[in-house]
Amino acid sequence: MSGAETILKSKNRITIDNVREQFPFFQQPQNRGLIYLDSAATAQRPQQVLDAWQEFNVLYNANSHRGAYKIAERATDEYERARAKVADFIGAASPEEIVFVRGATEAVNFAAYGWGLHNLKAGDEIIITEMEHHSNLIPWQMAAQKTGAVLKFVGFDETGMLNMPQFYDLLSPKTRLITVTHMSNVLGTIPDLAAIIKAAHATGALVLVDGAQSVPHIPVNVVELDADFYVFSGHKVLGPMGSGALYARREILEKMEPVFFGGSMISDVDYTHSTWNDIPWKFEAGTQNLPGAIGLGAAIDFINKIGIGNIHRHDRDLTDYALAGMQGIKDLRIYGPMHNRGPVISFSLGAIHPHDLATFLDSRNIAIRSGHHCAKLIMKRLRVPATARASFYLYNTKSEIDEFIHNLENAREYFSKWN
Amino acid sequence: MELDNLYQEIILEHYKHPRNHGAVTNADVIINGKNPFCGDEIVLSLKVKDNIVTEVAFEGHGCAISQASASVMTEQIKGKSLQEAKQLFEQFTKMVKGEGDVDTENMDELAAFQGVCDYPTRVKCALLSWNALKKALEGNQK
Repeated sequence: MSGAETILKSKNRITIDNVREQFPFFQQPQNRGLIYLDSAATAQRPQQVLDAWQEFNVLYNANSHRGAYKIAERATDEYERARAKVADFIGAASPEEIVFVRGATEAVNFAAYGWGLHNLKAGDEIIITEMEHHSNLIPWQMAAQKTGAVLKFVGFDETGMLNMPQFYDLLSPKTRLITVTHMSNVLGTIPDLAAIIKAAHATGALVLVDGAQSVPHIPVNVVELDADFYVFSGHKVLGPMGSGALYARREILEKMEPVFFGGSMISDVDYTHSTWNDIPWKFEAGTQNLPGAIGLGAAIDFINKIGIGNIHRHDRDLTDYALAGMQGIKDLRIYGPMHNRGPVISFSLGAIHPHDLATFLDSRNIAIRSGHHCAKLIMKRLRVPATARASFYLYNTKSEIDEFIHNLENAREYFSKWN
Repeated sequence: MELDNLYQEIILEHYKHPRNHGAVTNADVIINGKNPFCGDEIVLSLKVKDNIVTEVAFEGHGCAISQASASVMTEQIKGKSLQEAKQLFEQFTKMVKGEGDVDTENMDELAAFQGVCDYPTRVKCALLSWNALKKALEGNQK
């Protein structure tokens, strides 16, 4: 059905079928015919990632940075190699600038607790956008409440674009941090980070970028971007759940306080006080999620083999194709920009509640998300309690999107008897 | 699974024409129910006299299941004693969760929600108003 679709325009000519074959999820009889359009929530995992996870557990399960025996050395080695892969993947200057975390949420909490609580004071300002996921909002509400800092919000317009004049207006010498998404998980918007970061640095403010949605889909280079903090989750980028990374520039990490305290984050320990290990280990207290990190490294290998640029093109083509098809459906409203956006489309269909729409599509074996997508500020601004959302990734095909659009028409028909 | 088992005629009817929609004036109890998972919200207001629910109304927004469930619930508990309402809560909850056989004899239109048990993600929708009612009843008994 989809064999002719090529994800790669390179010499390797990897077809969608070749890609899908490598995801055991799609090969299971129970999942035959399932159209999975919720990769923005979590992505499926290729065999290579599952193998790396399994290999750790059956071949060299040992704690890192501790044992003086071969498998412990290998565990440590593979864990640190994974860190280097992450650093390389997002263009960090060195692996020491990568802290392994459970996911983007934990990474933002690290920044809020480790940097925010120690650097913000009453009257300082944090600029944040109304399109942030709760993971990049609630930690800053906490930091603001504890320090007396003030949150300032940048809104967005009808087409889902950030209100840049408002941003420039809010930016002042009081601004200590701008925290902004690289790709909205609801609107698909890709803010003009180059402009935001340039202006922020000109006033002496730092910038945290939430890359949870962007890292899976677009090439990221934190040095070129000049981001101060960058966070992402492993499970959205084909890696295991419970893996992820916090990137921060070396000077920032070196000055930043640890957030968790205990084993292996120390340098020297005395009765009443201790000193900290070097970065990044001073942030990694206790036993870490080794198979998670190693699995994330394998996911990056998998993506590198296909090429993030090719994945980007494929996802963008699917998104354009879906947007064009969806626009032909009567009473269908799309939230967010129509161009230069991520492969995540929020929409509503007439007066059908998104939850009812999702149940209908589920009955046709199509998995989409419905709800507020952990972005209640967006819902408030759009003046809707919830939206439906379809999102695409490298294993999705145009024929799946045809099926999706066909069933949106069917849903309209089914629910029309309600009016 | 046949979708019509979930979206039964009675449910669609109540969704299109919700009964007791609005707020009871001079209510004895006002309770807010929220489903943080999907953003659905409901405000339930009641008047209770001599242990009987004399007036009840609901406001809010949500999916067909949550709105229809609230509408049917208000009709079914109006005029009932607090004990009877509590018993209906227990029967209804058990039914939509699919926790064993439930005698639907006294349940009237509430039985239309039997199909919900096949849709685990929709159980919370059907229970939104009922959980608000439970809170209201507990508060009232204090």
